[in-house]
Formats: sequence, structure tokens, C-alpha cells
Amino acid sequence: MPGFDFSNYNRNAALHAQGVPLPKATSTGTTIVGCIFDGGVVIAADTRATSGPIVADKNCEKLHYIAPRIWCAGAGTAADTEFTTAIISSNLELHALSTGRTPRVVTCMTMLKQHLFRYQGHIGAYLVVAGVDPTGVGLYTVHAHGSTDKLPYVTMGSGSLAAMSVFETQWKQGMTREEAVKLTSDAIQAGIFNDLGSGSNVDVCVITAEKAQLMRNYIKPNEREVKQRDYKFKRGTTAWLKEKVITREEISKYVTVHELSSEDDVVVVEKMDIDV
Amino acid sequence: MDSLLGSNPTLASNPAYSFSKAPYNSAADNKEHAFYPYTDNGGSTLGITGEDFCIIAGDTRSTSGYSINTRYSPKVFRIGGDDETGEGAHIILSVVGFAADGTALKERLNAIVKMYKYQHGKKISVKACAQRLATILYGKRFFPYYVTAILGGLDEDGKGALYSYDPVGSYEREQCRAAGAAASLIMPFLDNQVNYKNQYLPGTGEGHDLEPRQALPLPRHDVEQLVRDAFTSATERHIEVGDGLQMLVMTKNGIEELYHPLKRD
Amino acid sequence: MSSPFAINGGACVAMVGKDCVAIACDLRLGLQSLTVSNNFPKIFSYGDVYLGLTGLATDVSTVSDLFRFKVNMYRLREERQISPQTMANLVSTSLYEKRFGPYFVSPVIAGINHTTGKPFICGFDSIGCIDFAKDFIVSGTASDQLFGTCEGLWEPDLEPDDLFETISQALLNAVDRDALSGWGAHVYIIEKDKVTKRLLKGRQD
Repeated sequence: MPGFDFSNYNRNAALHAQGVPLPKATSTGTTIVGCIFDGGVVIAADTRATSGPIVADKNCEKLHYIAPRIWCAGAGTAADTEFTTAIISSNLELHALSTGRTPRVVTCMTMLKQHLFRYQGHIGAYLVVAGVDPTGVGLYTVHAHGSTDKLPYVTMGSGSLAAMSVFETQWKQGMTREEAVKLTSDAIQAGIFNDLGSGSNVDVCVITAEKAQLMRNYIKPNEREVKQRDYKFKRGTTAWLKEKVITREEISKYVTVHELSSEDDVVVVEKMDIDV
Repeated sequence: MDSLLGSNPTLASNPAYSFSKAPYNSAADNKEHAFYPYTDNGGSTLGITGEDFCIIAGDTRSTSGYSINTRYSPKVFRIGGDDETGEGAHIILSVVGFAADGTALKERLNAIVKMYKYQHGKKISVKACAQRLATILYGKRFFPYYVTAILGGLDEDGKGALYSYDPVGSYEREQCRAAGAAASLIMPFLDNQVNYKNQYLPGTGEGHDLEPRQALPLPRHDVEQLVRDAFTSATERHIEVGDGLQMLVMTKNGIEELYHPLKRD
Repeated sequence: MSSPFAINGGACVAMVGKDCVAIACDLRLGLQSLTVSNNFPKIFSYGDVYLGLTGLATDVSTVSDLFRFKVNMYRLREERQISPQTMANLVSTSLYEKRFGPYFVSPVIAGINHTTGKPFICGFDSIGCIDFAKDFIVSGTASDQLFGTCEGLWEPDLEPDDLFETISQALLNAVDRDALSGWGAHVYIIEKDKVTKRLLKGRQD
């Protein structure tokens, strides 16, 4: 469980008592949906992150990895969805290792709701959990306060009503994979175009017993048109008063950096060896 | 623990609630009822003048909260022309903010400009109309029209004229002005590309000795391009701007209307 | 009383170019409308990675020192420089640790990854949500203005010299429309084996 550090809490609470407003976190205004089909489940999300009325990120990822065949779509406070799914993913991996079984979607959902309930809604994560496990297909919603739902088709976020209107008019029992992908992406597009908190592209993740397939930017209906004018400045347009050039050789006078030599055995810094 | 709870009135007074919208003090049964006469309908407008023309543009989206009311509600109007076609108008006005007040203000100015023509047998000058609009706005000093207005036309010398207002009638003649939700995004871009702010002439010196790039009135084609780029940029980063761009171009030959679609997300 | 993010003022922006990145900040330190200093840089270097911090000045200092400590510890343990990507995760987790009592800062990272040779920029909110952008990142009291100028002026694959002009013009014109930012600026142009730092001439009002 995360060890939150409250060392700034009293200072900020004192500031807040004096009338200082709370910081504005990046929130994913968001449309997220999920829908089951014959043999699997599909979840989808838009890619807009907002801070007030401003678009902070035009192409963010709201589909989070939990386990090989469990994925999660997140709405609400962006940092909370990111870290909550990461910690549950981590704990679920440990759980899978200690039990020697593939993790179940209900287990994941229960861990999420217990985590969120403990924080009484202060962790603002609103999630759609979906996956396939030995017991079958699972699709749930988890609210920030810890309540959950188990339904054949679900929507969340500010665009949930727009998306649900698509499900309520078009959903039918026993759809094929293609039909379900079409339906969920249509639901997301309803959110993108009719809800101001949602926008840009459609991300889709299809999960079956065999594998999970993430289709990042499955539909890109909002590419910016080319600009009318060229805004490259003539070099020397900006006035500057001082300049300092630091080369890598100069730095090496004080710090020695040894580059790894052998070409075919380069260690990729960002990936651990166990990552595939 | 007390200090922790004490800072949070919700928890302190009523521990049964953890919702942020829980009543602050449920002991007091006094409910406050209020009427809020204003709403914000979002959107943005922008005006730029040239040597012999004036352009006022606005996006055509009308919003409330996270919803879109309509994708086509014009914010730029012809003033003093025929009611149906706008034919014969010689002044253009844009209003952004509270749409109902915007419509009311436009109707009122339109009627006044027409009455002026009937009474005096000549068209009102842009300068006089600008002063009159300030009077109208200040007339409602303590219950203002919740709008930012931009008025445009051609002055007595045939030069492009542009006046910008605050909601209570403070106004100024300017070269260019952005207003509305995305004004803070568009205005610095215009400073740089219309008035060449912070730009210097390369090779004229070093540091403090560099000569500033002098701003000249831009040709109409360039201004139209700048307006379109300003709005596509604002559409990318502001959720309340989009759907369509309406542009009214005023020249000595009259008013021309242009429309370009914007992103609808 | 105003937001802690707007007490001291300040602005920061990062941009990606062709095989280069740039990061720039203003130099103002204020107390509401009163300017206290015109020499308060908001960009800090940690080896190959540059970190811009805007927000509450006391937290800007605290957080910059905290990361100096954390990055030094990383160097000692790993015997190598920290990469921009690793730095991004370090910043993110460090800020989220204080989820319920955050530092009032909006960090920006710029650097070139020396294993891949690829430019990297990213931004954060005050509780550590990462914004990976392929074009530009803005932060500070002039962030709205910066979004406008960057979205209008930026284009892909700018050479280092052109990127300098674009980021400088984007910053200068944005801070001129913000009462709490300005008073000169620092610009870093980061290339694979060279960093150029310039002090810009800006309005002193």
C-alpha cells in the first residue's frame, strides 16, 4: 500500500483555512466505456486531459495495464487513476506469484474498491475494470468511494451520458468482437463530440482468453488541419544579452562518463531485463 | 487528530458524510435560495484592422458547462442594416460572454443606429457609434450586460477602425484585440504576429543595440490567415472554442461574410 | 487570498526540435503584485536532465534541492547519470507521495536520452500526473498565454537555432501578457553534446 507522506498537510491545511484554494489537479474529464461480447470484453477511452477549460494533454493514455488479461480505463483525477491502477497491478502480480494462478477480475475489482474505500473518496479514481480469467469474462465499474457495479455494458466520466445513449440504443445480446469494437468506439465518439471534457482520439483494448490487444489511437477523428502561415522566425530575431556554451568535453573535465562500449550488448536503461 | 478534522468543516460537523457536497452545517436549517441572472456561454472573438479594412471574427460554438448548446450561433453581427439580410450595414459588432445579454445588446445598438439614420438622414459614424455603445453599457453599470464587445468599421478617412469594450463600457480604439474564453491564448500570439512585439531586425546590432521590427498595417489576405490560425490554435487548447469560424470583413465595398469549419470535439 | 501557485508568479516552457530540446523560464520573483527579485531562475540542471519548476517559490527551492539530493543518491548507487525518462518517474512518484499535502509546483522536464539519442520533454501537475507531449510543455501563471503562443508558433523538426527563436518568442510574448511573470528570461538549447544557455532581453515591467 502506498505510504503517503503528510508532512506538508498541516501547512497546506493552515493555508486552506486562511482561504487559499486547493491546487487544481489534471483531471481526465473523460469518456470511458466497456462492453462484453461473445468470448471477451472490450474497453475504450478518449485521449483528452483537461485542467479547468484548458486541454493539458491532447493524446494521453487512459487505458491502464493491470495484468496480462486485465485492463482498466480510468476517469477522474489523472494522477490517482495512474497510481491506483499501478499499485493494484503490482499487488496483483505478487498475489499471482504467491498463489501460482492467473489473477481474476473480481480479485482486482475487490482490491481496487477496498483501497478506494479506505481513502473515503479522497482518491478520485473512477474506473472501468475489464478482463478475462479462468472463471470467464468480467466487466466492472469502481467509483472513488468504493462502490462497484457488474454490468454487460458500462460508461463513466463526464461523457458517460453521451456514451450510454449509444449503448442504450444499439447494444444487443451476444455481439461479435467486431460489433463490440464498433459499438464501444461509437460510444466514445459520442463523448468526444458531445462532451467538452472529452476529445481527440479513441483508444480501444480488446481482451479475450488468448490475449489482450491494445489499439492505441484506433480512430483519429480530430487531426489538426495544416496552418495557413509559416511561423518560422528569421534567425537573430530575438535579442539576447549573454550566452554560455557548455560542451560535453568540458563537463568531462569534472565528471567522467564511461559509455558502454560493445554495440550488440547495449543495456537499455529504461527496461529491466525481465521485461519482454 | 482533532486538528486534522478541525480543518475540514465537513468532517468536523458531520462525520457521517464524506462527500464534498455534504452540507457544511446541517444543524442550521436555513437554506439559501438564489437567482443567478448570468451564465457563461464560452466562445471567443477577435478583431484586427488594416489600412482600409476591418475584420471581426468569432467561433460559432455556444456552451453551458460541459455541454454544447449549438454548433452554429453567430457572435458577430452587422449593425444598422436590413433586418433580414443585414444589407446596407456599415458597422460590425461582436459580443462574447453571456449570449442572452449579447443578443439584447446587439438588438439595442442596431435599433439606435437605425433611429439615428431616420432622425438625422445620414449614417452614424463609427466613432459616434463607439461612444454610444459605451453609454449603453455604462447605463447598466450596476446590472451589466455580461459581455465583452468589439465594434468595427471604417472611420471618416476610410481607415479600418476597431473599438474594444469591457462589460461596463470602458473602451479604447485599437489595432487588434481578442476577447472571450480564449482571449488569454490568442492575444499574445497577436501581439507577436500583428504588432511584431519582441521581434528585432537581425544583423542590426547586438543585445541592446538591435533595432525593433516596426509594425506595418497588414494586407487583408495575411490578416485572414492569422485569424484562422489563431482560432485553430485556440480550438486545440480550449474546450469551449470550436465548431465553426465566422468572419465579417468590412471594406469600402461593404461587408463580406466568410465561414470556415473548426474541430467539433 | 490567492492560489499558492500565483503568489510568486513565474513561467516555464519546454519544446522539442530536430535532435534537440529547449527549456526556458522567466526570472521574476514576486509577492502578489510587488516584484521582489528579477533574478530568480526556475530551471535546474541534474547532469543531462533539466528541470523547470514554477509555483510557490519556497516549494520551488525545496523541491529543486530535494531532487538534487535524490539524483546525487541515484548517481552514487547506479554509477551513471540519470536519464530524462527515469527522472520523470522519480519526479512523478516523489510528488504523488505527497498526494494529500502537495508541493505547490508544476514541474517541466527536458533532456536528451543518451542511450537512445532521442529528445524527451514532459510536464506534471502538482500531484505527479505526467503529461508526455511530443511538441511542447508549459507551466506557471502564464500557462494559458504560453499554450496560445506555443500552439501558434511551434512546428515540428526545428533546428537548434530556429528552436531558440521559437521558444524565446513564445515565452517573451506570453509573459508580456501576464502581470506575474517576465523580467527577463533564461533559455537552454540542449543538443546531443552541447548545451547553449542564453539570457534574453525582455521588458522590465
